[in-house]
Amino acid sequence: MFGKLTIEALPLYSAIAAGGAAVTVGGALLVAIVLTWLKAWKYLWTDWLTSVDHKRIGIMYIVLALIMLLRGFVDAIMMRAQQAMALNAGGYLPPEHFDQIFSSHGTIMIFFMAMPFMTGLINLIMPLQIGTRDVAFPWLNAVSLWLSAAGAALVMVSLVIGKFSTAGWTGYPPYSGIEYNPGVGVDYWIWAILISGVGSTMSGINFVVTILKRRAPGMTLMRMTPFTWTALCASVLMAFAFPAITVACGLLALDRLAGMHFFTNAHGGNMMNYANLFWIWGHPEVYILILPAFGIFSEVVATFSRKRLFGYESLVYATAAIAILSFTVWLHHFFTMGSSANVNAFFGVTTMIIAVPTGVKVFNWLLTMYRGRIDFHPSMMWSIGFIVTFVIGGMTGVLLAIPPADFLMHNTTFLVAHFHNMIIPGVLFGYLAGYMFWFPKAFGFELNRGWGLASFWCWLIGFYLAFMPLYLLGLKGMPRRMETYNDPTWQPYLMVAALGAVVVLCGIASMVIQIYVSIRDRKLTEDRTGDPFDGRTLEWSTSSPPPPYNFAVIPTVGDREPFLEAKKNGTAYRRPASYAPIRIPSNTPAGVILGGFAFVLGFAIVWHIWWLVIVSAIVMFITVIARSSDDNAEFTLSAGEVKRMEDERFRQLGSRA
Amino acid sequence: MSVVHMSEHEREEAETREQRALGFWLYLMGDAVIFALLFATYAIMIPGTAGGPTGKDLFDLNNAALETVLLLVSSTTFGFASLSVRTGNRSAVIGWLAVTFLLGAGFVFLEVREFAGMIAKGAGPDRSGFLSAFFTLVGTHGVHVTMGLLWILILSAQVALKGLTAPVASRLYRLGLFWHFLDIAWVGIFSIVYLPGLL
Repeated sequence: MFGKLTIEALPLYSAIAAGGAAVTVGGALLVAIVLTWLKAWKYLWTDWLTSVDHKRIGIMYIVLALIMLLRGFVDAIMMRAQQAMALNAGGYLPPEHFDQIFSSHGTIMIFFMAMPFMTGLINLIMPLQIGTRDVAFPWLNAVSLWLSAAGAALVMVSLVIGKFSTAGWTGYPPYSGIEYNPGVGVDYWIWAILISGVGSTMSGINFVVTILKRRAPGMTLMRMTPFTWTALCASVLMAFAFPAITVACGLLALDRLAGMHFFTNAHGGNMMNYANLFWIWGHPEVYILILPAFGIFSEVVATFSRKRLFGYESLVYATAAIAILSFTVWLHHFFTMGSSANVNAFFGVTTMIIAVPTGVKVFNWLLTMYRGRIDFHPSMMWSIGFIVTFVIGGMTGVLLAIPPADFLMHNTTFLVAHFHNMIIPGVLFGYLAGYMFWFPKAFGFELNRGWGLASFWCWLIGFYLAFMPLYLLGLKGMPRRMETYNDPTWQPYLMVAALGAVVVLCGIASMVIQIYVSIRDRKLTEDRTGDPFDGRTLEWSTSSPPPPYNFAVIPTVGDREPFLEAKKNGTAYRRPASYAPIRIPSNTPAGVILGGFAFVLGFAIVWHIWWLVIVSAIVMFITVIARSSDDNAEFTLSAGEVKRMEDERFRQLGSRA
Repeated sequence: MSVVHMSEHEREEAETREQRALGFWLYLMGDAVIFALLFATYAIMIPGTAGGPTGKDLFDLNNAALETVLLLVSSTTFGFASLSVRTGNRSAVIGWLAVTFLLGAGFVFLEVREFAGMIAKGAGPDRSGFLSAFFTLVGTHGVHVTMGLLWILILSAQVALKGLTAPVASRLYRLGLFWHFLDIAWVGIFSIVYLPGLL
């Protein structure tokens, strides 16, 4: 009846694991109680969970990302604490538990923090920037969101029922195979990734079609904003790289469930094929995450330097070049696997080549700032902190691209320091810059600047404290993922790294306080014009938050920075002669139902509850058929209603002026 | 006023169909990546027989040839269904879809029979890495065809109930892309799995 699921699955084996479970369950209960107390369930359901509006879907993605950032950070600080104290001793975490923590940290940060954050920002902003009313496939967009949430929920549930994988975020076989890992942990990992991966593939397709087919008249490709360009390239990569991880994890699942021999030690298996399949996705994934962040930096730097982006064309070509090259470097993740010297040399050279267009972009941003009138808004600070820090990570990356050097450094904390040095400033700082930049667009009031700056400085200093020691430790030969060690010269470095994690914790606390303070003081920082930062592109021409239809009249674009141009010409905020009715996609519960049953499906497969697998698959199938057979998935907003909403907008604009 | 509005509405509908077609093409390209990686996996696992049967011992060229004929002819009959959509001949569409369905079902039947025979001989997917790769590659294609069959049933019902409306016709167009794509994937399987396995 319940497959492998018994009472033994509860995490009562250790106080810390039970505590983690209690926090998870308690947090979920607390949210449920607060929602009940506020009588917000109906509002939540009708206005958010069933919404197909790209702005709301974007906000929900970002909420998911921020929650998972907290969870992933708790994992991080637990690892730092363990390593700081585990000299010649067991520390406070048993090996089994420590291994689960580093596995879930990586999995969460990549798949359930960075991916939703990026998808959320693209959802929120890209359609506004290209002057359209929604993405090409609004309900597919909702499905993508809820599949991502289902994956995240599977990872969270593994805290309470059963255990998570101990095989690291990359899940290399044969260790992740059934022979060495008979428990449910690897299955949780596989199904969380497979389910959310389908969502990411569909998001990629959705964004590509939106950008190619739904741009406002006059917006040629070379008039698109840098963020839209990077979103386009990242989306192409999403559509074509995510199938690779679907294959890698799917075959691993077949090995585990059906006794197949793709990656087993014996019976003709080939585990090195897994490394190839995983990184054929994995390396483009790095650029899926980082390209949109590059786009955000480009927007932020131009806006807060009060200058046009320097070298727009070179930035666009650099982005496209990176997108193509990103498929040619995957083997540098396993130089030590035993490929021939020529193969390693080829991938080493391509890896160094891909650094060139990235370097081009650094000069784009620097020269945009040069002689600009810089406003040190928190978003700008994230950007400057990024440039300085990212260049260091880039140099250690070029070092690791040399196969003989990689043979010495591989699997050490030098590598850990390197990729955190790329992803924290390159990806996370970018998304946080975008979050603080576009927050007023989403909610109609600004985030508090002081707490934003506090958060930035804590993150930046904490980052250096946490990861510079890891470079040194790596050079001293410390392997990654050590639960305990016996070299006393390592401990001081690990203590500094733990201190860095505490400083980052202060940064995260500042972000939480920032949200509280900003909501409390929202009347003071209200954004009545929709354009708080003297913006340059179309998203700032709408109200904050934008109406459901984004633009009452679709704008016609004649410049790369159309809104700035309009403000200069005096054509901005001009009232159209008349309004036309607007067709808007209707809300549907199909997305959240699919996500919910995808979660049940994943859970049932993990625990081998086969009847539930069949039931949830049938429900999902029927939901898809019912929704996709519906010919009337839209409703019409009459011209009168549009006029009423626009009148309110102009009344607000007038009261400001 | 209302005439102008209607044409605007029709323009939007046409744009939507165009976007859906492009989206579906992108999905097929993503699916092609899946098949490409499964083909690559199969190719490197051909030696991984672990002392078990090889392709030469297991494959039956007659069966594979018959499967090929059924699937390629079904693509042709789907083409006739698409032509009938253009001429607006509802019963012809349903008729050709029915023929396509029968041919596709015949293909799936032959494949299932082949798989069952191999498993009965002790050459199932858990026998060796080579057979894991074989069953997964060919089986993934077979699952696609099965999904295509279900899709044909659903759209036949829609044609019968709703007629050849613009949304139904646009769904038939995408089903056609899917069905022809499976043909191409099968040509790959025939030339990479069955022919070299037997020669």
